[in-house]
Amino acid sequence: METVYERPKTLTRVSTHYCPGCGHGITHRLTAEVIDELGIREKTVVVAPVGCAVLLYNYFDLDSYEAAHGRAPAIATGCKRVHPELTVFTYQGDGDLAAIGTAETVHAAARGEKITTIFVNNAIYGMTGGQMAPTTLIGQKTTTTPGGRTAERAGYPIRVCEMLATLEGAAYVARVSVSNPKNVVQAKKAIRKAFETQIRGLGYSIVEILSQCPTNWHMTPAESAKWVDEKMAAYFPLGEFKSPKEG
Amino acid sequence: MTDKRFMAGNEAIAEAAVQAGCRYYFAYPITPQNEIGEYMAWRMPEVGGTFLQAESEVAAIYMVFGAAGAGARTMTSSSSPGISLMQEGISYIAAAELPCVIVNMMRGGPGLGGIAPSQSDYFQATKGGGHGDYHLLVLAPSTGQEAADLTMLAFDLADKYRNPVMILGDGNIGQMMEPIEFRPPAENVVLPSKDWAIRGGSAGHRKLIKSLYLDPPILERRNLVIAQKLREAARNEVRFESYMTEDAEFIIAAYGTVARIAKTAIKILREKGLKVGLLRPISLYPFPYEAFAQLAGRVKSFLVVEMSMGQMLEDVKLGLCGKSQVYFYGRVGGIVPSYDEIVGEIEKISVKAR
Repeated sequence: METVYERPKTLTRVSTHYCPGCGHGITHRLTAEVIDELGIREKTVVVAPVGCAVLLYNYFDLDSYEAAHGRAPAIATGCKRVHPELTVFTYQGDGDLAAIGTAETVHAAARGEKITTIFVNNAIYGMTGGQMAPTTLIGQKTTTTPGGRTAERAGYPIRVCEMLATLEGAAYVARVSVSNPKNVVQAKKAIRKAFETQIRGLGYSIVEILSQCPTNWHMTPAESAKWVDEKMAAYFPLGEFKSPKEG
Repeated sequence: MTDKRFMAGNEAIAEAAVQAGCRYYFAYPITPQNEIGEYMAWRMPEVGGTFLQAESEVAAIYMVFGAAGAGARTMTSSSSPGISLMQEGISYIAAAELPCVIVNMMRGGPGLGGIAPSQSDYFQATKGGGHGDYHLLVLAPSTGQEAADLTMLAFDLADKYRNPVMILGDGNIGQMMEPIEFRPPAENVVLPSKDWAIRGGSAGHRKLIKSLYLDPPILERRNLVIAQKLREAARNEVRFESYMTEDAEFIIAAYGTVARIAKTAIKILREKGLKVGLLRPISLYPFPYEAFAQLAGRVKSFLVVEMSMGQMLEDVKLGLCGKSQVYFYGRVGGIVPSYDEIVGEIEKISVKAR
């Protein structure tokens, strides 16, 4: 009988701790599939963030670092400089990448560091219980914006891809979402391109993934997916902001 | 063949690191240690290594974390305010048991302070600095030659104990030019293999470098492993210099730049008929408590001289256990005490002791 669906070899055989409807599971799987398909499992290193994905090394069967909050790109830089033959990627959330680790991210991109970042943007701090993130939308209720985020009090959400696309060192910059099957297919293509950009030695690559957080958004998984498509994608448009020439 | 060159302490440290096999150097500019980075900027490419000017000390220390985790000999250098910024990363490095060398050419503090020499980061260097239970191994050179020797030794000790090692100097050590001879460490340190390092191709034996242990009994065990290792270092790695202590009635305790000045003061004092010696800790962690304990009681008076408000003073008192009288003389803010001042302090003490 033909096998049409199986666990990617890059994923371990364990249940994850992620909540029902969370986008991390899909993103983990897509990343693992790409690593399998590129045949680079034995020479890929992942740097885990602080946040909901802090334990991702329990799920990815890869050599792994666990970073301090926001510092994953600096650790990835150190590893990649020692082992340029390895594929090194960071997996970071919005608080990790766009608040406490903004400097590390911007400068890794500016240096054209040959690493890849999988950036999961769910517009909230998940692990600490639903506080405002640097990507929380105006009007969005969180535990630290109980009346909804206002620009007067908390400023505006950061569009990371648009910002990084201005940097010469960033070779591949794309925003995708995992809110519906069509977008999931697109997301995988972008992740593959990002890894290929690194393997080709072209510079920094990042895929921002708009992702659902039903638990902290206080929605059902279906409502969350709809919210990503209608609200998040309106402020954070999907697409490729920078892409190297094919070759 | 001896490799002898005339160079500043900062450059001596950089060259010693290269000769010790360090090929990855990450740092952010700060005075008074910029010569280290400027030397590495041309020297590293020459030996096929990496010099990377980081966006901050925070990033620099995590680049060190990444390179150390990848199995490489790696180093960063900074001065007091920059070292404060690195404390988070140093705690993570100690927790993950990664070997690396960190150079702190101390300047006056607190805050932005000044750029002139100081020894006011002694507590930060020897007592932890960052959060959690750990210590750095801390080596304090007193001359340019010793800066080179201790830097080479530091890489061996870091690998041996899988622990960060700090070279604690000051602006004087870094800027002063002296003839430096580069020679491998006299002691033959047996280095364990880095089978824990991330190098790729680890099918079925993947490597994981981390510090999060949510289960308290497991985290407690991790702490005990680190504590055990530090106890072993305390048994094996105490280093100090005794200078004219055999017949001494007064002993000066000082390290680094101040110890060097104290030797001049001792010559003058001996000419005046006062029997003065020097006990100079070279390893500040582990501290030579035993060396002080052996002199406690026999020597009535100790004078601790530091470029701080009295930090090593506390360790000297611990070593002496109240059996000798302890005096302190300190200058701060970037002021280096002169030998005259030290002579004056000992003369005052000698009058009291009579």
